[in-house]
Amino acid sequence: MNSAAILPWILVFPLLGFLVNGLLYLISHSKMGGKDAPGGPHGSGHGDTAKNSGHHAPGEEAGGHGHEIPFAGAHTVIGPAACALSFLTALLAIVAWWGETHGQGGVVATLGTWLPMGENATWFGTKVLSVDVAFRIDALSAVMLFFVTFIGTLIHVYSVGYMGHDPGYGRYFSYLNLFMFAMLTLVLGANLPILFVGWEGVGLCSYLLIGFYWIKDFAADAGKKAFVVNRIGDFGFVLGIFGCFALFGTVDFERMFALAAGDPGRYAAGGLLTAVCLCLFVGACGKSAQIPLYVWLPDAMAGPTPVSALIHAATMVTAGVYMVARCNLFFRISHVWAVESAHGHPTTGWLLTHDASFVVAVIGCATAFFAATMGLAQNDIKKVLAYSTVSQLGYMFLGCGVLAFSAGIFHVFTHAWFKACLFLGSGSVIHALSGEQDMTKMGGLRKLVPHTFLTMFVATLAIAGVPGLAGFFSKDAILGETYAAGHPVLWGLAILTAGLTAFYMFRLIRMTFYGTFRGTPEQLQHVHESPASMTVPLYVLAAGAAFTGFLGIPKFILGGDGTFEKFLEPVFVKLPAAFVLEAHELPHATEWLVMGTSVLVAVLGIALAWSLYSGAFPFAIPSRIAASLGWFYRLVRDKYRVDELYEAVFVDGLIKKGGRLLWEIDARVVDLIPNGAAAFAVGLSNISAWFDRTFVDGAVNGVGNTFQAAFRGMHRAQTGRTQNYALTMAVGIFGFVCLYLLLT
Amino acid sequence: MIGVTHYVALSFVLFAIGVTGVLIRRNLLTVLMSIELILNAANLNLIAFSRHLGDLNGQLFAVFVITLAAGEAAIGLAIIISMYRLKGSVNLDDAAELRG
Repeated sequence: MNSAAILPWILVFPLLGFLVNGLLYLISHSKMGGKDAPGGPHGSGHGDTAKNSGHHAPGEEAGGHGHEIPFAGAHTVIGPAACALSFLTALLAIVAWWGETHGQGGVVATLGTWLPMGENATWFGTKVLSVDVAFRIDALSAVMLFFVTFIGTLIHVYSVGYMGHDPGYGRYFSYLNLFMFAMLTLVLGANLPILFVGWEGVGLCSYLLIGFYWIKDFAADAGKKAFVVNRIGDFGFVLGIFGCFALFGTVDFERMFALAAGDPGRYAAGGLLTAVCLCLFVGACGKSAQIPLYVWLPDAMAGPTPVSALIHAATMVTAGVYMVARCNLFFRISHVWAVESAHGHPTTGWLLTHDASFVVAVIGCATAFFAATMGLAQNDIKKVLAYSTVSQLGYMFLGCGVLAFSAGIFHVFTHAWFKACLFLGSGSVIHALSGEQDMTKMGGLRKLVPHTFLTMFVATLAIAGVPGLAGFFSKDAILGETYAAGHPVLWGLAILTAGLTAFYMFRLIRMTFYGTFRGTPEQLQHVHESPASMTVPLYVLAAGAAFTGFLGIPKFILGGDGTFEKFLEPVFVKLPAAFVLEAHELPHATEWLVMGTSVLVAVLGIALAWSLYSGAFPFAIPSRIAASLGWFYRLVRDKYRVDELYEAVFVDGLIKKGGRLLWEIDARVVDLIPNGAAAFAVGLSNISAWFDRTFVDGAVNGVGNTFQAAFRGMHRAQTGRTQNYALTMAVGIFGFVCLYLLLT
Repeated sequence: MIGVTHYVALSFVLFAIGVTGVLIRRNLLTVLMSIELILNAANLNLIAFSRHLGDLNGQLFAVFVITLAAGEAAIGLAIIISMYRLKGSVNLDDAAELRG
């Protein structure tokens, strides 16, 4: 089997799963007479504790629900199986691809033509868009394919335990399968439009799953918010696709890259490629929750926790990083061109406007830092993880921004493991506490949920950057590359962020698992470790969090050979000599120093969190610190009031006041055009009406009048008496005969 | 000896009576009979001149006219019956709908 033949099958299984699950759900739904899964957090006995948590308590008290979930068994098998089959097929495809190309190139499977305009078709001299339904596997897709399907399968399995008592069980699995289908389309798309189809598909599924408990206003609102904010980004992405088409006349990755690599100077000229890169990055900002479009991701936690783990931590939100890494060639060309052009006037301001990758780096670094500070003051366990995700995504973009794409993707890869583990662990905690998400009401759970604690602890060590675990290697790769690329300020901020990350993650651990339990006695009684369907995925992910880092041990550490970097190398298409960046090699001593600094900062953060949040009631010192910070603390706790700012500026200012302004402009300026056109038409028709009345009607009426006038004189002759006519005839004949006789 | 002149004179008288009948009588039946008189005046003329000129075509025409008169009488009588059904009279003055 060649890999091209296998590729489409990766997509078929999740799609089938979606259809079957969805149909079964619809059938049961119609039988139940519309008594849907009212999507409500069913906390049964614990409904009150779940009331402001946004989370559904999938308690064990099935008796409280009264009715069995129809087709539960079928959903349990089909949902995870669709994903698992997809994973196995993906493995087959990766093996086949490796056998064919040894990782050196891509294999494309073209299924058909989507927009069948022909390869070199033109329309009045312009090139015409031609898009194939084509999927492509190369090193980058293979990495994404592997962890998306594998972690996806684990989370499907976890969902069986977590969502088992939810009346919307079937709906949940059909959405989740659809998500896998869309995500794999995104990852495998061989051209920008196909990637975009997947991109929108995951956006749709994200919307559906955030609003899964749609009966709750905040869940429905969060879904809408995510959707709207993503549309802003997508607008940029679409412009980027248009730009690519305008520049290259094609949107196929291989062709675009071949053209760009063939003559980079031509495409970079005038900053055209930079503009395209920036547009694409706007799209990435939306999907991957970067400043200023990150606001939807924390709210997205209204969805079920496995969804947060799969979509809003491990896979979908990294799509932006994937897309930027996929288009790495454009960013590299744009960067080199900007640096070359900047020789005369080397100001950073100039670079900021002409170097797309610098923008990416700055936005990524700023997002990483600000999201980390916001994570410091959150008490909702899922919100902390959400801000942590935003922050880590910032790291990934920082990596891509300093053109260390393999480091960025490496962090995507390792982050998927430990963040999925953390989210699923938090889900397990929430599950144990029947829907409680507030960390101030947790504590002392270490002994009560030992498996969850152990796995989450490993993942926390990994994200905090403790040497030897996954997060350490990938984060350090990004930090090292940032330093080497000559951005000491960004590096400093990133190091600081690493410290903050370690702090808030250990704050989470201390508040959740240490000290004494602060919830209600009733909750304490119900605390239980999750079933095996949930703990087994946790262990697998924790193992990933612990060991996947060894795939990318940097070269300067003994035995390290940069496996991950080498694997991804073929993705970075070679450029002509003029456009090759000089590799920034740091002396080994500096590299060790950079690494040592990040370890030191991480340890400091851990130690600080450990000591501050100690004791049975661990808020004494932190709350005193918070009080002494005053307004600054409140600002951070309120997430810098960015949501309120957006509300005031965009929703209130733009839509309401701006709407009024637009209405005025519309009424006074824009309407001039239709009104003028109307007035012109009225004038014109007046003229033509006058013509009509005068000439056309005149002619018609004139004919009629003539006949009427003639008739007025003659109508007396028509008496209706037959004999008058006969007499006239007789007289006439007599007259004519006389005339004849006289004349002859 | 009765010559062609006598026939023509008789024919003229018949024709004059017919035309006068058509023009002055109000009863449709009488008008129809007057038309028969006009036709027969013409027939008499045709036959007289046929005899006088020794040409049989005139007699042939007379036979045609008799046939035509039969058809005309049939249609005329049908019209009179229709009119009677419609108006309850056969007076020509009652059928003046086409007055302008």
